[in-house]
Amino acid sequence: MTGPGYDDTAVGTELPPRQYQVTRRDLVRYAGASGDFNVIHWNERIAKSVGLPDVIAHGMLTMALAGRFLAEWAGDPGAVTEYGVRFSSPVVVPDDDKGALVEVSGVVTGKLDGHQVTVDVTARSGEVKVLTRAHAVVRLP
Amino acid sequence: MPLPPGAPRDPLERADPAVAINPDYVGRTYEPSEPYEVSRVKIAEFATAIGEPSPLCRDRAAAQAAGYPDVIAPPTFAIVISSASGAKITSDPGLGVNYAMIVHGEQSFTHSRPLHAGDVVVAQSTIESIRQIRNMTTLGTVTQIRTVDGEHVCTARSILVERGA
Repeated sequence: MTGPGYDDTAVGTELPPRQYQVTRRDLVRYAGASGDFNVIHWNERIAKSVGLPDVIAHGMLTMALAGRFLAEWAGDPGAVTEYGVRFSSPVVVPDDDKGALVEVSGVVTGKLDGHQVTVDVTARSGEVKVLTRAHAVVRLP
Repeated sequence: MPLPPGAPRDPLERADPAVAINPDYVGRTYEPSEPYEVSRVKIAEFATAIGEPSPLCRDRAAAQAAGYPDVIAPPTFAIVISSASGAKITSDPGLGVNYAMIVHGEQSFTHSRPLHAGDVVVAQSTIESIRQIRNMTTLGTVTQIRTVDGEHVCTARSILVERGA
């Protein structure tokens, strides 16, 4: 539960990478929990009619997975005090049991006052970066 | 991109695609939302939807042992509150947003503290920027989330991108 200590964390420390599977079921569940019922996240016919390759994940779900990655490292979801991303490419979620795989990694880029560190996050699906300019401020014990 | 005649349209589409986003709306602040009560059930539902396993989002005793008044929300939970407030902007007929052509470009959250169960908060959104980039228009908004007592909890910024026809 407890994350790495601030004093033991140096600039350049890499966060343990994680992989998250995203299926159509996850998109439906996220739609319900978040209230974002945009049809491109659950209707293949309409997603394709607006020029998408298939149904895509909510950008906010991808951001939430990378947020979960940070929270897991810090040992506390409340430790992620600042967090921003750019949605550079959609996560395409095929209609099968595997869905899409989102791979998240991160590196400590700076140490701040108040037991906080800055982290750069990278999220990919396949070979494509799905989040860019993903930065966070995380408080460590 | 234009859709062929008779193609299925996003039912959320609400504006005339020919109407561009009106740049005169930069700086406009919308009415604050009705108070939103953060509940333990909603936090747990959201945590489950994103696969967040932390007991701090589900177990009050664990959250209190970590120094919080009650279970806490994951950082991106604030989108539930900020996007409902931001919808006042995207549904403003005078602004002219074509919702069917909107994609989420950027998002950020700056928390003074985590949202927790029992918080009663009000959100208020402002248009920060409207920019034309080639055939796209970007709409930058900021939403302040404060308790009904005025304590700042979170600043949420969004950039929405309207793809050109």
